[in-house]
Amino acid sequence: MTQTLDQIFVIAKAWLLGYLPVAARPLASAVLCVIAIVITFPLLFAITTWLERKGLGRIQNRLGPNRTGPFGLFQPIADAIKSLTKEDIVPLTADHAVHFLAPLLLVAAAFLAYAVLPVGRNMVLVNLNAGVLFFFAVGSVVELSVFMAGWSSRSKYSLLGAMRAIAQMISYEVPLVLATVAVIMQAGSLSTVDIVNQQATYTHTLPHWFVFTPWGFVGFVLFMIAATAESNRSPFDLPEGESEIIAGYYIEYSGFKFALFFLGEYLGMFATSGMAITLFLGGWAAPFSFLTWIPSYVWFFLKLLALIGFFIWIRGTLPRLRMDQLMNLAWEFVLPMALLNMLVAGVWHFMPHGLLRWLVCTAIVAIPCILLAAGLKRKKKFQVRTYQFAE
Amino acid sequence: MTAAFLILATLTVAGTAAAMGLRNAVHCVLALTVGFAGVAALYLQLDAQFVGFTQVMVYVGAVAILAVFAIMMTHSPTPVPLPAYSRHWLAGSIVAAAVFAVLAWAIRAGSTSAPCLPPQPGISVQQIGDALMHRYVLPLEIMGLLLTAALIGAVVIAMDRKEESK
Amino acid sequence: MSSLQSYLLLSALLFSIGLAGALTRRNAILVLIGIELMLNAANLNFIAFWRYGPTPSKLTGIMFAIFSISVAAAEAAVGLGIILAAYRHSKTTDLDQMNSLKG
Repeated sequence: MTQTLDQIFVIAKAWLLGYLPVAARPLASAVLCVIAIVITFPLLFAITTWLERKGLGRIQNRLGPNRTGPFGLFQPIADAIKSLTKEDIVPLTADHAVHFLAPLLLVAAAFLAYAVLPVGRNMVLVNLNAGVLFFFAVGSVVELSVFMAGWSSRSKYSLLGAMRAIAQMISYEVPLVLATVAVIMQAGSLSTVDIVNQQATYTHTLPHWFVFTPWGFVGFVLFMIAATAESNRSPFDLPEGESEIIAGYYIEYSGFKFALFFLGEYLGMFATSGMAITLFLGGWAAPFSFLTWIPSYVWFFLKLLALIGFFIWIRGTLPRLRMDQLMNLAWEFVLPMALLNMLVAGVWHFMPHGLLRWLVCTAIVAIPCILLAAGLKRKKKFQVRTYQFAE
Repeated sequence: MTAAFLILATLTVAGTAAAMGLRNAVHCVLALTVGFAGVAALYLQLDAQFVGFTQVMVYVGAVAILAVFAIMMTHSPTPVPLPAYSRHWLAGSIVAAAVFAVLAWAIRAGSTSAPCLPPQPGISVQQIGDALMHRYVLPLEIMGLLLTAALIGAVVIAMDRKEESK
Repeated sequence: MSSLQSYLLLSALLFSIGLAGALTRRNAILVLIGIELMLNAANLNFIAFWRYGPTPSKLTGIMFAIFSISVAAAEAAVGLGIILAAYRHSKTTDLDQMNSLKG
């Protein structure tokens, strides 16, 4: 019974394909999976916009939207109607072809990334042998669309925002990939299905998720920092912060194209969260072995919602980073830590199992962090704040 | 000559021809990106998945962005836009056409009884990794050295030297 | 015409398009792009010969293509750095005007 519930979508797809001739089945199977992805993740996007506005509101001690429907639940519908009926203004001197293609490229690249995420047991669109590489290759197309948006608008603000956004995205792409390499070293495969299958085993009801190892935990933290920067979310949203550069590279977009940018950005966020779940948090595997009766896709989406909630929480809590602070963080902290993490993953792989392995790896990872914290604390003296001019 | 190959080949040639022919430099780079994507799709058609994805990641995700950045930083709006082609465009085109003619003749004159398509090699990334670490480890290390030297060299060359002249 | 010949013709065409661009464009960056295109065409040649060759399991073509992609990326970076430095000196990227070694 739990098996059927777990595989219900796979069984439904096989039943639907039974009505088709054998020659058309592979194509129809792919089309059905694509339809499922195109329905699910924009729906999740709609839910996330509501969740974000409500969540941010509560963190900032105010109610979020509460007029449209109970608890403001119909707000995404209202937003969709507004963005669809708004006038589509394109600047006179803008490059019309590139201006039109930029949001399309963003959404297309963001959707492509979902092809290798295993949403449930046996539920991946295509089990590529080099799945993780495909994911990062598609992710690097997003930067091109950001540039197209910023440059085609022929506006100083948009160009500046685009330059900053691209610099930020390429800076954080390297630590993102390096944090993944540690997982790949341990898993021995670039296929996302293999990586999840390795984490789906249990010892004494505790799971084998990679996040519960020293290198996995640090890798997860670094991956999340880099993912936040890659999606241009707070605290790394200088290129698009409203009080900084008034929406940055999509300042000249209105109406449906703006909604497409919004959609593309959130889809990118979901895709990177999905990859973090696949790599570190065990994918569709349940946290404890006595909970495996809950279907696998439920666990994936629960973890995805938890990570989205985490993103919203961080957005509401931390102040924005300045551009040079952001770049310094990338090149001087996250990148060296990612390299160290790779070293630790290698040490973990070759040391014999046992307590010593844990101690050595945790020490190698924790000592630079402790030294860094001590060094930073030495420069600041924490004292009572005195005001120079406001007496 | 399957339909997939024809479509991809047309896309690639159109993209690269536009890249070399358009007037606006940024349009050229965007058309070039289409050409690179077409070449990556051709690699996938030839069952070289690792190379195809690496092509997208390196060329579309890095080289195209680099070219675009360079165009942005060297863009000085002149009162009269510069002509796109150099003075000696005719000689260059003739040379390129001659090169293509020679290559095409050499290819057609080759053995037309080429072997039929061998069965799919099914190369896994594991095999590529093994080869890189065992048989090709020396080129790999040299590549690391080369990339480090290129990185440092590019930063040094492109660095602003204003503080030296002060 | 066999499949291998069609791939080789395509790569020859890409090579000559890249060569035409490198020889006829004024902007230094577009010349560099033409060179990148020529390298891409050569890579396509490697992969086509690897696929249609006698022993695809020996991975020689793939290795060559991977190293070629890495070298091309490094060369693009250094080349664009040089172009930036030259632009800073002569205030133009027009190659027809950069024809004197002095100054």
